[in-house]
Amino acid sequence: MNILELHSLKKDFSSQKAVDDISFSIKKGSIFGLLGPNGAGKTTLLRMITGIFHPDSGEILFNGKKFHAIDDIINIGYMPEERGLYKKMKIGEHAIYLARLKGMNKADAMASVKKWFVKFEMESWWNKKVEDLSKGMSQKLQFVTTILHNPSLIILDEPFSGLDPVNANIIKEEIFNLANNGATIIFSTHRMEQVEEICTQIVLINKGKKMLDGNIQDIKQDFKDNIFKIGANLTPEQIMTPIFEVIKHEKDSVQIKLSKETTNNELLNYFIQQQINIESFNEVLPSLNDIFIKLVENSTATRKFNITH
Amino acid sequence: MNKISIILSREYFIRVKKKSFLLTTIGIPLIIMGFYAAIIYISLSGSDEKQKIAVIDEANLFGGKIDNHQSSIEFKFIKNETADSYIKKYKKDGYQSFLFISKDSSIKDKFQLHSSSSASLTTIESIESIINKTLRAKQLLLKGVDPEEFDRMTQEASITNTIDSEDGSKKSFAEISYAVSFGCGLLIYMMMVIYGTQVMRGVTEEKTNRIAEVIISSVKPFELMMGKILGIGAVGLTQFAIWIVLMILMQMSIPFIFPEFMHQVSNASSSSSENVTMLANTIQGLSSLPLTKIAGSFLFYFLGGYLTYASIFAAVGSVVSEDQQEAQQFVFPVLMPIILGFVIMTKAVNDPNSSLAIFGSIFPLTSPIVMMGRTTYDIPFWQIALSMLLLVASFLFFTWITGKIYRTGILMYGKKPSWKEMIKWAFTK
Repeated sequence: MNILELHSLKKDFSSQKAVDDISFSIKKGSIFGLLGPNGAGKTTLLRMITGIFHPDSGEILFNGKKFHAIDDIINIGYMPEERGLYKKMKIGEHAIYLARLKGMNKADAMASVKKWFVKFEMESWWNKKVEDLSKGMSQKLQFVTTILHNPSLIILDEPFSGLDPVNANIIKEEIFNLANNGATIIFSTHRMEQVEEICTQIVLINKGKKMLDGNIQDIKQDFKDNIFKIGANLTPEQIMTPIFEVIKHEKDSVQIKLSKETTNNELLNYFIQQQINIESFNEVLPSLNDIFIKLVENSTATRKFNITH
Repeated sequence: MNKISIILSREYFIRVKKKSFLLTTIGIPLIIMGFYAAIIYISLSGSDEKQKIAVIDEANLFGGKIDNHQSSIEFKFIKNETADSYIKKYKKDGYQSFLFISKDSSIKDKFQLHSSSSASLTTIESIESIINKTLRAKQLLLKGVDPEEFDRMTQEASITNTIDSEDGSKKSFAEISYAVSFGCGLLIYMMMVIYGTQVMRGVTEEKTNRIAEVIISSVKPFELMMGKILGIGAVGLTQFAIWIVLMILMQMSIPFIFPEFMHQVSNASSSSSENVTMLANTIQGLSSLPLTKIAGSFLFYFLGGYLTYASIFAAVGSVVSEDQQEAQQFVFPVLMPIILGFVIMTKAVNDPNSSLAIFGSIFPLTSPIVMMGRTTYDIPFWQIALSMLLLVASFLFFTWITGKIYRTGILMYGKKPSWKEMIKWAFTK
């Protein structure tokens, strides 16, 4: 069952196509990665999913029905990349205020805020003002306010930026927890290592167009380059052969790119014939980062962007 | 609607709970009333305290006697003393000061008033008027004219303008309706600027600290904008209501605090001092004005004017960033009609039926201020009806187009939009 389906979504801004014919669907309970360089159209896409923007054309289905912002917004929690809070407000009041704007009544909002504050060890902050919080603390508060109303779809745009490893881990744990309890998470970022760790399914967009869509493992298989790592003590002469190309030669291992016609067995045969003792042998799959750079750079006229930030 | 009320109450309480709100709301009327009380107090106490003044009249200009009908100053003639010798003694004898007239002085000379601290201007003025009167009476007698006869002949006429309703029941004083009109116009001008810019600053704050996007994912931009505008407007109304209650309370408490004052006011006609007469006129004039009508139209024009401008200010706030200079560039065109309204209002209180005043009180961008400037005068019904209708229409119109500018502006970061772009946002769907 898909919680969200996008069908050829389009959105133009005066001069450029921010989102250009994008379709994909997200399974209920999955952790979904929306990837793309800066300016790819991620934020515009998310703003359409959260009802902030109306698509110029195309259709959004939420839980199988046509997305209707006013009704469905209650089931969505959105933490935008550019986030903020009212500096002068007390933290407890602020959290309740945001929960009530999502349609919770006073008592429910209070109960939920208390529950989450206890869980994240934030009870003592209640009467502090937002401006007194450190960046990491306010990030945590922002995360809590996003999930207060038990949304079934949680959209997190760069949730870890500005967090130290300890707090990043707490939030990561909570993301897994929420997904286990049936919530669906859209995780938008350009930090690939986090995506590989967290997401099951990804979509990569660039310049408003979808470049890639699928399960991370499948994508890696698709982009594999016949690269193998062989654990063995080898001399330079021993690896002079037309069947592969050496990429990296280290003391007790070598990375090679196998030519297309050669099979794995032929490769192993080559070493066995030379009576070389092989300790390990495995295929090196490309990292998402590599795939990302490859795809984005190949698309014409690379834009200015920064992969690792 | 429910979400607007949640936003409204946040905007309202966060401002009302501030110390500065209490300070201005309670403080300003207290200062005004303190001032009021001080005037009453002085005008009452001045007549109580007797000034004793010694006179050393070496030239014998007065012949040992100064006619004095006003009881607050008492003169006593001292003999066989000089200025130098008496300086050391007058205080011991119980005088505040002494007047010295040297041997060879005539009426034209300046006389010396010796005192330990500087005498107040009013004291000097009343001494001057008393001795002048005495001296003139002496001169007149010398020429064989009866001083009382002379007084009657030189009586000056004075005019007070009373405004009568047709059945002759209500009287008012022109100065007071002028002051009330001007005060109302000024107040509405100030409230529109103060609360309008508060709306703008609030919107800019939401935009620059990036909470706008979080909130807009829960509510419609229009709800956020209206919640803010209504919340801040409610703060203005609260302030207005507190002021009225305080004014009424203090007005009612005057008779208890100054019982003698009310007594003096009630027979203010002849004998009492000028201050008391003036205050009596003020109170009488105020109570004769159609105060409920004025308060009612103040409420209407404040709401209409505030709502119209607040939505414009909100749109401006949504397109500017932290850069104050950039904000000024957009704010100035918005302030222009408000300032224009104020200028027309200052003319309208003087000449409420001039064509400029009539235009200003009908044109919706200036009408809240200008109409208040004419409020104590009789305004033809069609003008009031047209003015109110246009104000309501302009409120609806501006809210509609500024809502669309706001919707786009609040999520735009980076470059500042041009006027052309903003107009495009306003008129596209």
